[in-house]
Amino acid sequence: MTDNNHDIEQPGERVPKRVIGTPSHAATGTPLLGAEERTGPAEVPGVDLQDEATAKKGERIAAFCFLLTFLAGIAFIVSYVAFQVGDLDSAATSNLALGSSLTVALLALASGIVVWVRMVMPKYKLVQERHEMASDGETRAYVGETFLQGAAESGITKRPLLRRTLLAAAAPLGLAPLVLLKDLGPHEYADFPKKLRHTVWGEKTKEGKQRRLVVEGTGAPIRAADFNSPGGILSVVPEGYEHDLNELAKSTLILIKFRPEELKSGTNRNWAPDGIVAYSKICTHVGCPAALYEQTTHHILCPCHQSTFDAADGAKVVFGPAARPLPQLPIAVDGEGYLVATADFPVPPGPSFWERGDAEAEAREKGGQS
Amino acid sequence: MSTGTVPKPIAGTSSFLDDRLGAGNFMRRNLRKVFPDHWSFLLGEIALYSFIVLLLTGTFLTFFFKPSMEHVIYEGSYAPLQGIGMSAAYASTLEISFDVRGGLLMRQMHHWAALLFVAGMMVHMLRVFFTGAYRKPRELNWLIGVGLLTLALLEGLTGYSLPDDLLSGAGLRITEGVAISLPLVGTWITFFLFGGEYPGEDVISRFYSLHILLIPGILLGLISAHMILMWVQKHTQMPGKGRTNKNVVGAPFYPAFMAKAGAYFMFTFGVIALLGTFAQINPIWLFGPYTPADISAGSQPDFYMGFLEGALRLMPSWEVNLFGQGGGTLPLSVLIPALVPMGIIMTGLAVYPFAERWITGDNREHHVVDRPRNNPHRTAIGISAMTFYGVLWLLGANDELSWVLHVSLNWTTYVGRVLVFVAPVIAYVVTYRICLGLQRKDAAIIGHGVESGVIKRLPHGEYIEVHVPPAQDIEAHMRGKEAVPTLPGAGNGSDGVPPKALRGPIGRLRAKMSAAYGGEKIPLDDGHGDGHGHDDHAAVGAGGDDKPAVH
Amino acid sequence: MNRITAGRRHPLARYAVLLLALGLLGFTYTLAAPTSERADAAIASGKADDVAEGKKLFEQSCSSCHGLNAEGVEDRGPGLVGVGAASVDFQVSSGRMPLSNPGAQAPRKQPAPWVNDDTVRQLAAYIQSLGGGPTIPTAEQVDASKGDKAKGGELFRANCIQCHNFTGEGGALTQGKYAPPLYPASERQIYEAMITGPQAMPVFNDSIITPEQKRDMIAYIVGVREQKDPGGADLGRIGPVTEGLVAWIVGLSLLSLAAIWITAKRRQAQ
Repeated sequence: MTDNNHDIEQPGERVPKRVIGTPSHAATGTPLLGAEERTGPAEVPGVDLQDEATAKKGERIAAFCFLLTFLAGIAFIVSYVAFQVGDLDSAATSNLALGSSLTVALLALASGIVVWVRMVMPKYKLVQERHEMASDGETRAYVGETFLQGAAESGITKRPLLRRTLLAAAAPLGLAPLVLLKDLGPHEYADFPKKLRHTVWGEKTKEGKQRRLVVEGTGAPIRAADFNSPGGILSVVPEGYEHDLNELAKSTLILIKFRPEELKSGTNRNWAPDGIVAYSKICTHVGCPAALYEQTTHHILCPCHQSTFDAADGAKVVFGPAARPLPQLPIAVDGEGYLVATADFPVPPGPSFWERGDAEAEAREKGGQS
Repeated sequence: MSTGTVPKPIAGTSSFLDDRLGAGNFMRRNLRKVFPDHWSFLLGEIALYSFIVLLLTGTFLTFFFKPSMEHVIYEGSYAPLQGIGMSAAYASTLEISFDVRGGLLMRQMHHWAALLFVAGMMVHMLRVFFTGAYRKPRELNWLIGVGLLTLALLEGLTGYSLPDDLLSGAGLRITEGVAISLPLVGTWITFFLFGGEYPGEDVISRFYSLHILLIPGILLGLISAHMILMWVQKHTQMPGKGRTNKNVVGAPFYPAFMAKAGAYFMFTFGVIALLGTFAQINPIWLFGPYTPADISAGSQPDFYMGFLEGALRLMPSWEVNLFGQGGGTLPLSVLIPALVPMGIIMTGLAVYPFAERWITGDNREHHVVDRPRNNPHRTAIGISAMTFYGVLWLLGANDELSWVLHVSLNWTTYVGRVLVFVAPVIAYVVTYRICLGLQRKDAAIIGHGVESGVIKRLPHGEYIEVHVPPAQDIEAHMRGKEAVPTLPGAGNGSDGVPPKALRGPIGRLRAKMSAAYGGEKIPLDDGHGDGHGHDDHAAVGAGGDDKPAVH
Repeated sequence: MNRITAGRRHPLARYAVLLLALGLLGFTYTLAAPTSERADAAIASGKADDVAEGKKLFEQSCSSCHGLNAEGVEDRGPGLVGVGAASVDFQVSSGRMPLSNPGAQAPRKQPAPWVNDDTVRQLAAYIQSLGGGPTIPTAEQVDASKGDKAKGGELFRANCIQCHNFTGEGGALTQGKYAPPLYPASERQIYEAMITGPQAMPVFNDSIITPEQKRDMIAYIVGVREQKDPGGADLGRIGPVTEGLVAWIVGLSLLSLAAIWITAKRRQAQ
């Protein structure tokens, strides 16, 4: 190992002592920063004063910067008063005026200070000693002894009853805040995995009819005869729940119109009246709406993580991280020609969760989706 | 030389305070505390000052923001959303943007400051890592730093979700999808976080209190501890003239460092204001209100979550059912990318100082930092980890890459799946080689001096280029190099019975790793790596007489 | 490689068209006969000239890929019977057709030199006469000033942004396909795209999304793309990716420069 023992200015003693002045003892009444005239040492090693010409120049530049900050600060206040907001264009003007004056003020202030440091203040090369972080052996020994002594004096080591009851006393108090968090959850929390399995598609409407599919954004029910352009899609929500976000988070559908010959074996044709197929729009990966539909390839793509599903073949996964197909909803055409759900999804829609189990196998046993 | 008088008001106040606090003793020790100068030492301050800007702008935003998911019909001044149903949180964010003077500026500055906060932490952390400034006695401060980074990610995530726009909602949905996938506890966690089923009506107000109170409170505490430790332990310094492990060379806190720090605060504040004025960030009015039924192409998280997003995108579709229909669904395609990269990076960061100390057996205090080239394995590991992170980060934007570069989206994923394993290895090897090359260059400069550009003809007719010794400060900087220590008894050179600690399988592994990791690869003073022996090139010419002293 | 083959194909195609047009004139005449009923309808609406002119244009510029009677050619171009005038107007006026360079998807480009309002109308009339299909919307139907932006925005978010992004910047699809940006598209082209479903795009027919609703969507799309960005530069309006880049490249670079300036050694005047 080589040592860095180049000779440089090593001040005889640590600089702070010299610069602060020498209040040798804190006599009462001696002010900390006394108002009397003080004289510092003529020259401190490691402090190279700037020559006057540079300092003078620096002073002028810094002063100019500070003046700029002053003006920009005023401009900021004026902008606040002068530019009202209340629509997009005026917000743009206000943002530009306020922001640029603030930017100029701050950057000019910063530059002024840098010029001040670099051109007016001395060039420093002060050296301070470091000391090992560790305390010396004597101190350690003292602390160790004192610690033991104090423990002994307190009786905590000698009196187990005291010690154990104190620990026992602390335990429930420590748990109390955790208990308080319980009501963060739902009150009927015992059955929440069940909630994830069911959507409103499985329930009849108040009138006891099967629930209609309605267009997201307009709320209009969908006549199968109108949804007749092959390659058409729609984002669909349950009738009566158009604005219920909790329900939308699991019940939203993507409705696709196929030519009958395009459908493959993965899709349940009994649930595809006139080649209209409804899949859950909620990705089985982490729940983004999988909504990008390519009518040429029949691929549904989720924009979040690019899981790709083949809509013509039961929305099976053809690419990406999703592990399960998008569940197909059993739909039919009601007496008035509108699309309705005949039952709930055969498997829980949306992302996987621990209690989900092999819902697909379960559904197969029930004779549902293939 | 006269230094003048202290103005009366200051003198009076200072005495008042000293009488009551004894501030004088503290000031005596600290006013002239020396801070070393190097530009990279200011990178951490970016994060510090961004945090202050975040507190200032964030406080302003809380005056107007309504953390409520109550359904309202928007009647504000942004025409394309009038009459649309949305949450009160989103409506109040629109109000801040269009109906509060300076609101848009504050919102944008808050978001830019958040990005710079995390970015500043990352570059600061990289600086500390590559220079080995985390070594004893600073391991605890390093751990605090890792904690700060983790909390900053959480703070960013909660803040990103607050405006309740369509983009932030997509982020929230992914958060929920990841949380619910956790084995056993997933459904419980989400139902407790959201107060029931997703999205519920509680999560915004809960995230709000986390975002403005709990996490910033902890951040503030940890940042203070970080600063105090830095102050007590004194800043590290770069190797150089007169700098040793026993001293610190630089400018005094008062007045120079104080002014510099103040200036840098203003710079940070100013750059954030500049971005907030001229670069539009998170235009929530364009995204529309959140509904779980909709999503936009190119939905992305903020950059610091990009690596998680990329990991999710890279995964193949793996899922297992442990107990058939009884439950036990393990969506590995969510769990692995959500937990493993984050785990590798954060655990790796936290463990590294201790692992390095265990391998090198280096128990000394270090106050002079390493140049990255002088610990090639550490540098290579760091670059390798950065590459791993970088590939994931890049792949988090693969849809935008595919869109901008006109390449197939699917191929970006296939390539990414390979790169995430291969690129870190390549990066390791290349970095290691580059480090050794740079060491060789240093050795050559110490051994031969630098080329002066002067061609000289020797008496016997040979032409040589005169080499002169490097400038003193540069040479001192190079000579700050120190061999990476190895465990006594490790390596091939040792003979006899290995020490007790190095017996047994773990001990032998430790010895092997120590021998590989440590040691002097390219010694400075006989660094004629290019083969020819010690010649007199350096001795010739102007610098011949004061050839660098042998140290 | 595509570029090379396409470069070869182009002149060859012109020869083929010329030969076919001259040599098989009579043959095409007979084949055109079955469509005479539909042509009659066109004649009835006073567009018979357009149909005839359109047919000529079709034979010159389209038939090499789509077949002489728009019945389609395997691996080259789909049949166009029933795609309607709206499809023709969309594809030709946006320069997507004629396609010079078959790839994953036909890109928008400068329309061919012969393309103008008249030729497009003629070509559209011809295709319309073959098998009907969606017609070109009226000026009234695509008048953005008559639409309701807010309602249109809701529909836009429900049906369009998943591919075209929240302001219509476009985005990636699978296997090199993409949803193009809506910025260069005219109001009429936007409408036509919705009713015809060009390329990978699905169809939104008028019986489900009514013409008024489509006009609302157009009003929103046009409004947003012309709208000022009050917060400064728009950064491409593609979300956080560019924001992250700017934070690193602009923000951190500026601050690093500032740090270098603050700490740089200043040569001391002697």
